Amino acid sequence: MRFYEYEARKIVELAGVPVTKYGFCTSAEEARQVAEEIGGPVVIKSQVLTGGRMKAGGVKFADTPEEAAQHAEEILELEINGHMPRGVLVDPKAEVKQEYYAGVVWDGTAKKPLMLFSDMGGIDIEEVAETHPDHVGKGHVSNLLPISDFEAKQVVAATGVTGSQLNRATPILARLARLFRENDMTLAEINPLAELADGTFVALDAHMEMENEAVGRQKKLLRKELEIAEDDTRETYEPSDFERNVAAIDAADHRGVIQGKDHGFTGNLGLVIGAGGGSLTLTDAVRSQGGKPANYSEIGGNPSVAKACGLAKEVLEKDGVEKIAVMMSIVSNTRVDIVARGVIKACLELGKDPGETIAIFRIPGAWEEEGFKILDKYGVEYCDRSVSMWEAAGRAVAKIQGAPA
Amino acid sequence: MSILLDKDTTFIVQGITGREAVNLTRECLDYGSKVVGGVTPGRKGREVHGVPVFDTVAQAVEHHGGPIDGSVVTVPPAFTKDAVLEAIENGIKLIVVVTERVPRGDVAQMVELAEMRGARIIGPNCLGLIVPEVCKMGGIGGPAKDAAKAYAPGRVGVMSRSGGMTTEISSSLTAAGLGVSTAVSIGGDAIIGSTYAELMPYFEADEQTEAIVIYTEPGGRMEAQLAEWVKDNNSRLPIVAFMAGKFMDDEEMKGMSFGHAGTIVEGKEDTATEKIARLEAAGIRVVERIDEIPDVVKEKLGVAA
Repeated sequence: MRFYEYEARKIVELAGVPVTKYGFCTSAEEARQVAEEIGGPVVIKSQVLTGGRMKAGGVKFADTPEEAAQHAEEILELEINGHMPRGVLVDPKAEVKQEYYAGVVWDGTAKKPLMLFSDMGGIDIEEVAETHPDHVGKGHVSNLLPISDFEAKQVVAATGVTGSQLNRATPILARLARLFRENDMTLAEINPLAELADGTFVALDAHMEMENEAVGRQKKLLRKELEIAEDDTRETYEPSDFERNVAAIDAADHRGVIQGKDHGFTGNLGLVIGAGGGSLTLTDAVRSQGGKPANYSEIGGNPSVAKACGLAKEVLEKDGVEKIAVMMSIVSNTRVDIVARGVIKACLELGKDPGETIAIFRIPGAWEEEGFKILDKYGVEYCDRSVSMWEAAGRAVAKIQGAPA
Repeated sequence: MSILLDKDTTFIVQGITGREAVNLTRECLDYGSKVVGGVTPGRKGREVHGVPVFDTVAQAVEHHGGPIDGSVVTVPPAFTKDAVLEAIENGIKLIVVVTERVPRGDVAQMVELAEMRGARIIGPNCLGLIVPEVCKMGGIGGPAKDAAKAYAPGRVGVMSRSGGMTTEISSSLTAAGLGVSTAVSIGGDAIIGSTYAELMPYFEADEQTEAIVIYTEPGGRMEAQLAEWVKDNNSRLPIVAFMAGKFMDDEEMKGMSFGHAGTIVEGKEDTATEKIARLEAAGIRVVERIDEIPDVVKEKLGVAA
């Protein structure tokens, strides 16, 4: 789950990291008021869940409250990379002496959180790590033991930072590491972490992402502190009708799992496929042999006839779909006969001939003899495990390409 | 021989009274595995297919009258960490975590404790492991008769991020007469207990294993770690890899996860293209088509195709 900048700032603030006196506004009038309270030059920043807002004109400076209101009005209307802003953040224009970077990410190989610190803040940390590796300090923290300040101190000191800067940055990095762990973050970064003219440190921008699997147990932070609504899931893109319909069919019946995605798919061959790895393999196999998938899907965990039928119908009703391919890797839990009945039922209910509509049925495994009998009856071409997933996908592609337009 | 399991391996099932766990217990018993107990808090005194159920792992160990080798954990995600820690602290050394959707922080905690106690975790989000005709620990391969169809004893070690594809690939190796030494469904999450590189030393030490097949996907650094291991360890084992999810390299698929939680392209190192290049640079043969695997393994072993 991704957070807007104003939320990420609140998260670091709650963890004890100093921030500037910022305000989140959804109207030009609010922005004017906040700028007035701040009483000096301000920055108005678009609150969108996408990068590149500076380039897009989503960050502007204002000397007066009136100017702030004017900029806020423009930015609130400005779409950035297809995203409309949630609001604007009005922030005092800080007198920055030096910009630093503080971050925590997962290291999947070490299976531990990794603290990162750099005295070259304000730019992308991966870029700094490539061009100036000696300016990036790194250190793992335990998942079990308490995180001590000295661990953060070592990471800061590794970049050559010393003096009061070291002593100010250390607790900030340690607190960031603790909040990362306690709040189930997958990314927690402050960039830039600014040293102001008076020597104090503040988080000028922050970026946070929380693990989706942990959203349920972080209710206190999400609902109470940040007041994020339950249905505000922050998907990377707006789900399509197909995706919503498949999700609804899945939710209506607890037996088995079906999933469907069509973001980025525009072909004519509908895919009713599974399971996780099988779907990935089969989608590639169709594309590599010149086929054009209309969607991606996953069947697993032994769905009911109604569920398999529901998925097949949704796929068949997508614009441009001429035929469907029903394929899975060898199943041991999902029953072949149940999926067979489901997809045949879908064809019949839509007034289509299963033998013509189902380009290939390749699901070997549990209850396959029963399944193959049903498929025989309706004249559907099927195969068992002796036909590879690659070959089955190839047959489906050949059929749809040979079909009259 | 085999890795991690043998004919004497004993294990328990934590969460044994759940619907899937009941099936899994049946399958394992039918396959000849030694399921010596089950744990579901509050259900002490019951039986599942003749297997006694306890409230705690400690009770199961006491009833068994000695150390228990393994545990299959199939409890809801919110309780998984606690169940795994309980197993580790009661001396269990091999833990298969079946549960999906366990938060990464929890997985990392259980893995860290396992390392401290000398235990090994397989999964989460996996189907377990199987030594053909010897022992099956988890739902891998399904009911005993189906597992027998796909898994014959043989010379190839299999590791896969997808449970279903472990069986698909093993079945093709069995059909080709190569067979399987041990197959491990390692799990589809971003952080897992045992990666390819972490299991390689076991296969390396196993005389029965003559080649390795891995099934992999975009997302994470596990393949880079394997490539490093191969470069550093002068392994005797040829490795053949299959990469699924190449379509995820398309720009519009960035940031979307497919198939498994860990299968997501976030940075350039996560892409299929990048991973294939890394594996190949380490001398690992990456096949384009899934059905090429048996022939390429034969070629590597110098067996006529």
